[in-house]
Amino acid sequence: MGKKRAVVDQRLCVACGCCVKVCPLQTIVVQQGLFAVVGDKCVGCGKCVKECPASVIQLEVSEP
Amino acid sequence: MKQKYWYDYLWIASVAYLLLGFFNILFAWLGLLCFFIPLLLAIFGKDKLYCNRYCGRGQLFSLLGGRFGLSRKRDVPYFLKTKAFRYGFLIFFFIMFFQMLWNTYLVFSGAQDLRQVVTLLWTFRLPWQWAYQVETVPLWVSQFAFGFYSVMLTSTVLGILTMVLFKPRSWCVYCPMGTMTQLICQVKHQEK
Ligand code: SF4
Ligand code: SF4
Ligand code: SF4
Repeated sequence: MGKKRAVVDQRLCVACGCCVKVCPLQTIVVQQGLFAVVGDKCVGCGKCVKECPASVIQLEVSEP
Repeated sequence: MKQKYWYDYLWIASVAYLLLGFFNILFAWLGLLCFFIPLLLAIFGKDKLYCNRYCGRGQLFSLLGGRFGLSRKRDVPYFLKTKAFRYGFLIFFFIMFFQMLWNTYLVFSGAQDLRQVVTLLWTFRLPWQWAYQVETVPLWVSQFAFGFYSVMLTSTVLGILTMVLFKPRSWCVYCPMGTMTQLICQVKHQEK
């Protein structure tokens, strides 16, 4: 089974940074003020998913 | 718990701002800070640092909606996050802003009397004369203060409304400042 990880719909991300504030691993960042990018360390905890005001983050199972 | 920094307490400034304007409308001028700081940060290479770190209003909403549980925490309706709505709201906001400046000009030129009201949601006129004690400043200074406070109060009320209905910081989805700073970033990073 693959691991879960967060995936951002960057077309709809408003770059507010709410996700950055809640990520326990600080692995999600807002890039160039344009959209959020999920880093390698993501453990798929889903905190950012809950927090994102635009609800544009989803947990997806990545291929093993 | 993550470490807290001084800028994690800027929500206090947001509350203080609204309270101060309740007692003396001239404090409304301070609101220009939350207008220019985000823009200047975005223009001078800090991208959306204001939203991402310093914005007290966003913090206030996440506190009220999160810690205090005043939010249903539902997804915002899809249309709210579309470019059409966000840009449309930004334009609407600008029109209202210029109308406010125009009113200030009318008072400045003497064509119109000072109106001691705070206009909520561009429609409802709230009497606010208690906050007006200073007759020593020019009338237009006070008119601008009333107008600007109206903008700030209106956006706070809208923000609280969507906070309750949807996610705590739903306001950030269609916040004109957020949209504007993101647009600046888009323009800036396109050039390279
Ligand atoms: S919280 Fe959502 S909208 Fe805000 S930066 Fe993160 S992914 Fe984008
Ligand atoms: S799912 Fe958890 S670890 Fe991954 S980016 Fe979101 S908050 Fe961070
Ligand atoms: S989008 Fe608006 S309310 Fe949200 S953090 Fe940015 S400036 Fe503040």
